Amino acid sequence: MSASLPLPVDAVAGLLGQYRVPPGVADELKDAAGTVRPVWRRFMEHIAGQTPEQLRHQIARANHYLRDAGVYYRQYDEGVSAELEWPLSHVPVLIDETDWDRITVGLIQRANLLEAVARDIYGPNILAREGHIPASLIASSPEWLRPLVGSRPRGGHFLNFVAFEIGRGPNGEWWVLGDRTQAPSGVGFALQNRVATARAFAEFYAGANVHRLAGFFRHFRDSLNGMRKIETNRVSILTPGPMNETYFEHAYIARYLGFGLLEGEDLTVEDGELMVRTVGGPVPIDVLWRRIDSNFTDPLELDARSQIGTPGLVSAVRNGNVTLVNALGTGILEIRALLAFLPKLSQHLLGEPLALPNIATWWCGQPAEAEHVRSNADRMMIGEALSTRLPFELDDHAFVRGNLNDNAIDTLDDLLRDDPASLVGQEVVTLSTTPALVDGVLLPRPMSLRVFLARTRDGWRVMPGGYARIGRTENPAAIAMRRGGSAADVWIVSPDPVAQETMLGPPEGPFSRAVPGTLPSRAADNLFWLGRYVERTEGHLRLLRALHLRLSEDPSGSAPTVELLRKVLMERGLDDEANVPERLLQTIASAINSAGKIRDRFSVDGWMALNDLSKTARRFSGHLTAGDDCARAMGVLLRKVSGFTGLVHENMYRFVGWRFMSIGRALERTQFILDTLSSMTAADAPEGALDLAVEIADSAMTHRRRYALASTRATVVDLLGLDPMNPRSILFSANEIKEHVSFLPGADVFGQLSALSRAVLQMQASVAVLTPMTLDAAALRAIRRQAFDLSDLISTTYFR
Amino acid sequence: MLYDVTLRMSYGFGEHSASGRQILRVLPKAVPGRQRVIASALDFQPRPLDRSDGSDFFGNITVEAVFRNAWREIAFTVAARVERTVETTGLDLSPAIESLPAAIDRQRDLGPRSPLHFTGPSVRIGPDPAISRYAKDQLNPRMTAFEVASALNMAFYRDMEFDADATDVNTPAGTAFALRSGVCQDFAHIMITALRSVGIPAGYVSGLLRTRPPEGKPRLEGADAMHAWVMAWCGEEAGWQEFDPTNGVIVANDHILIAVGRDYADVAPVSGVLKTTGSQEIDQAVDVIPL
Repeated sequence: MSASLPLPVDAVAGLLGQYRVPPGVADELKDAAGTVRPVWRRFMEHIAGQTPEQLRHQIARANHYLRDAGVYYRQYDEGVSAELEWPLSHVPVLIDETDWDRITVGLIQRANLLEAVARDIYGPNILAREGHIPASLIASSPEWLRPLVGSRPRGGHFLNFVAFEIGRGPNGEWWVLGDRTQAPSGVGFALQNRVATARAFAEFYAGANVHRLAGFFRHFRDSLNGMRKIETNRVSILTPGPMNETYFEHAYIARYLGFGLLEGEDLTVEDGELMVRTVGGPVPIDVLWRRIDSNFTDPLELDARSQIGTPGLVSAVRNGNVTLVNALGTGILEIRALLAFLPKLSQHLLGEPLALPNIATWWCGQPAEAEHVRSNADRMMIGEALSTRLPFELDDHAFVRGNLNDNAIDTLDDLLRDDPASLVGQEVVTLSTTPALVDGVLLPRPMSLRVFLARTRDGWRVMPGGYARIGRTENPAAIAMRRGGSAADVWIVSPDPVAQETMLGPPEGPFSRAVPGTLPSRAADNLFWLGRYVERTEGHLRLLRALHLRLSEDPSGSAPTVELLRKVLMERGLDDEANVPERLLQTIASAINSAGKIRDRFSVDGWMALNDLSKTARRFSGHLTAGDDCARAMGVLLRKVSGFTGLVHENMYRFVGWRFMSIGRALERTQFILDTLSSMTAADAPEGALDLAVEIADSAMTHRRRYALASTRATVVDLLGLDPMNPRSILFSANEIKEHVSFLPGADVFGQLSALSRAVLQMQASVAVLTPMTLDAAALRAIRRQAFDLSDLISTTYFR
Repeated sequence: MLYDVTLRMSYGFGEHSASGRQILRVLPKAVPGRQRVIASALDFQPRPLDRSDGSDFFGNITVEAVFRNAWREIAFTVAARVERTVETTGLDLSPAIESLPAAIDRQRDLGPRSPLHFTGPSVRIGPDPAISRYAKDQLNPRMTAFEVASALNMAFYRDMEFDADATDVNTPAGTAFALRSGVCQDFAHIMITALRSVGIPAGYVSGLLRTRPPEGKPRLEGADAMHAWVMAWCGEEAGWQEFDPTNGVIVANDHILIAVGRDYADVAPVSGVLKTTGSQEIDQAVDVIPL
């Protein structure tokens, strides 16, 4: 391998020509003497051995992966939210295994300490009574949830998955910057960073002795599964929903670990037990990995304004019927002021000093500390005591060195006098730097590291890797992603070859096929509508294409069929003057919206295909001319729709969700054909309308083959209405719906048809007995009403 | 003083009741030395599918009820026999207002009676400069904490108008204060804001008033529905004292206490449905008869 060939020293030196570490700052790559640390040497030689062209190619591989996997995060800016591409910093952070072992020891100790603190502040409150934590600090924190005081979590642990933000100080030692105990994010992104980075440096990574991540996830998954009361209950991730910044990660991790993905409205509490609302009725659930802040989980007992919670969840927790990871209320461990007390708490509770110190913090609720902060204000970051943000995520009232103007000092003095307990002073963080590729050149950039710990049967396990934040500039304040920071993979490098981990555990007993998870009603609802919207889009496109084909032949637009088409388009809300009508874009947006709520349920490819459709349609709008140009554009869009439906048809697991989606499509198609027949086979329809109907229904070829003569009303009605072999016919759709419904839960009750099954059978039968003669306007209206009622009945049966 | 208490309430919802789960805080609680509850019962019409009785962090009695069907109207009746045993000594044991912060700093207990829960902002109450200024004008540093609370109690009684139409259940204290009018809930929220702004821990009390006044005394405002008043922490020895700014009285035996909390959000008689639609309506009937 070229990477292991010794290179002339000056190749690395050349690579690092512009790598100048700022004075007074520790660096990951270089030691204090300026030489490249041993752990980095081989990797630097590998990079130095690449031509700029090769390096660009490697980086492009990672970017391709991220784009193909659809990795994004959501950012809110002045009330507007947008999905942004994942900002990967391609150079990983390399940490030596022995260095890492020290971090591991320190963080496990810290996790145990926080667990002990949680047990006390939601239990006997001895720490407050004895003065180890100020009682007023606990009482004033909005994260101290009174409805949970006095209740022990089922299983006994408050914390099962935590993260710590750490950084390396100027003296080379690691410091804890903040604790993440509420609902730590980033672990899924860390995994994506790994996949992308390993792809970029694939040739090097394979032999680089970098610790693998899968083992950590496997152990955590197994330990969550082990917390279930019954094995048929499915562990699920509780997410705030698609509008959350890190929803991508929730869906991704759920898929990766084989967990369900639920929102608050998917859950209900019955007789004190937590249940998932599914299409088959309520199904018990008792282990939730929560990615939503405690206060939002139950509007009844916690924040009443929450629209995304489950009323009664807190009482189910108190009754000991459900395990939340982490327990509700653990957010209080994140408050900044607590950092001031943890060093002494470690001595008091564990009998030992913190193995890994946290950044020095002074809570101004104590007179001496307030005085210290006041007189050293220019060397501190001063912020809100109860804030749970990390030091470099400044809040509105933060005062930082370098930003202190006279005005700020005035306000600070006022605050220190009037409300000192609301403030903490923290020593200014000077983060270490690590290499980042900036325009092809390696430059030092500030870095902080998020490390993840999971509780397993054998105690805490630390993920051998992490999530590194890389600053955009040399200023450590620019490390947050919303300020342009990026993310990097973290490689823990061993001197010896490492074990190749996979998600598969050791074989246990004979093979048994997993029972497919049950489908939440909300997901079924969204799949049903996704099916409808996609089919509706197709209908829009067929009509528009037919219109523009005719306009291309006769630009005057005076043909009677053109008039008819314009009328039909208008009835569907499509502006016939616009080349890409707004309603078309809206329908596609609705499809994406439905799909976005169930992203964990279908492939990334499907999602990309839908987005591609939307982007293309938007790009077309405003750039088309009526007639041929437009007709061809609609053809392009139609093929993109087929791309999506084809992916779904070929790849989607034939479970209940797929059936709901198919029913949605078939119902929508039925309505489309009904409308087409009503307007185009009517007695007063203009000449050419029959051919138009066959064209719109994409059945022209079949029509020619089956009826060698010209189209008559009877041939058209037969083909589009009653031909069981034509996938566009009403009867075909009715047969399909009937079959799908028979597979839905509760389709028959002890051999008796459910109300829905009966309605479906009635509709199917009433179509099946028609002849081209009896399928008249009245019959079309009657079927239309039945289809409407059916759609309603499906939603009252399964989506409520 | 022994009372027979009945409280009837009915509430309806519009078309959507997002959840059929509610928590009621309508049963009077016992307060050592001040109130004894001899018997109490709560009955629903219709009967809930599921019901569990318990208590919350502040020791209030809670009844959690689940209604599965979308009832247009739910009604309940509280019947209780309650004895009020407040003895007013006339002694002011509270420290000077200036030394109250030190007394608060000494508190390390986080139990439900601890003043530490009642110092800072809460869901419905935050700092309000206008109310703070008004409060500062009513006091001088030589007054005791109890004197300050009494003075504020009388000041709001004097300067505020009782007006059932001026505000609604969601009106913030600052808005009601600007109007100088409102109902008992507004009086209570405003006075709590004022007390906290001058460093006196203060909480919200919900309860009932005796329906007919004793011979020769005026009928109290708010006796025909659930009432609200204020509790103020006046130091370690004087403890919690209760004031009724709507009527300008110090609470003694004409008030039946139901629940206490940091503000209305902690003690709302029915929580869980009120926010779903605007068409929520509540009917109440109260009888508090001395035996």
